[in-house]
Amino acid sequence: MEDAKNKFPPRFNIPPGVGMDPVQGSKAITRHGHSGFLGMEYVGHGDDWFELALPWREDLVGVEETGVLASGPIISLLDNCTSMSVWARRGEFQPQVTLDLRIDYVRAAVPGKTIIARAECYQLRRSMAFVRGIAHDGELTDPVAHAAGIFMLVEASGWMKA
Amino acid sequence: MDESVTSPDEGAPLPADHPLHLPPYARAMGMEIDRIEDGVPVIGMDYTERAVGRPGYLHGGAIGGMLEMAAFTALRAELDRTGAAMRIKPVNISIEYLRGGVDHRTYAMGRVTRAGRRVANVRVEAWQADRDKPVASCWMNFLLAPKAG
Repeated sequence: MEDAKNKFPPRFNIPPGVGMDPVQGSKAITRHGHSGFLGMEYVGHGDDWFELALPWREDLVGVEETGVLASGPIISLLDNCTSMSVWARRGEFQPQVTLDLRIDYVRAAVPGKTIIARAECYQLRRSMAFVRGIAHDGELTDPVAHAAGIFMLVEASGWMKA
Repeated sequence: MDESVTSPDEGAPLPADHPLHLPPYARAMGMEIDRIEDGVPVIGMDYTERAVGRPGYLHGGAIGGMLEMAAFTALRAELDRTGAAMRIKPVNISIEYLRGGVDHRTYAMGRVTRAGRRVANVRVEAWQADRDKPVASCWMNFLLAPKAG
């Protein structure tokens, strides 16, 4: 049963080219849609990096016997976090889409623990942004997943549907 | 694959050891076994607000989660068919995003390229109205280990 909040959340709407405050921007995005449903939270950011958290939740589990979080939510978290690292590096919002994303599952996440993603935009070209990141559950040096991906800048028209 | 398979919507979830069992995450996202095609399960998911990324389009993570679920169920169905009692662990996934996923039901189906003794390789495609225009595809590798006991 979906509650009304999940069904009809207010839309975020960030005009392209507008300087985006990463804190407010990420809070707006993680309040809605898929990110809102998963319960992503802003943790921190810098000039070219971003951090988001995903608290463990029973309905996001992938293996019932163990309570290990499904890997789908970790893909979503790393997709968002790497995407936001590009915005952090640009210093402004530009419409972009994920071209490809590769994730290595280094080990299983510990059940009950919050997953933290830390992502970095390590190269920015005119039409593409190259990103990498990790997800961990407490220790940066002991990741649960490692990600590498590419985002493509796209035309603002058609990027989103009103 | 037996005939008595029901999607999660039609009754209680299948037991966890059933090859077509979908875990809580998949059920929460509205994924279900849409049908079985040549012995391979096709995952279906309606477009809901829970799966939306940028307004009007599916979130890349929701598509990725669906590709993974299709890879898992295709592999479990294959291992069930060959009678191999294996635990499977995801090793890695590489996703190509080909088109924006729009307000339409999405399907995903995996093909087990190889299931050896230690590793299995699966390829998956996801599509919407037109199967010849996939929204995403991936390859995914799994580690296999004999079930204890």
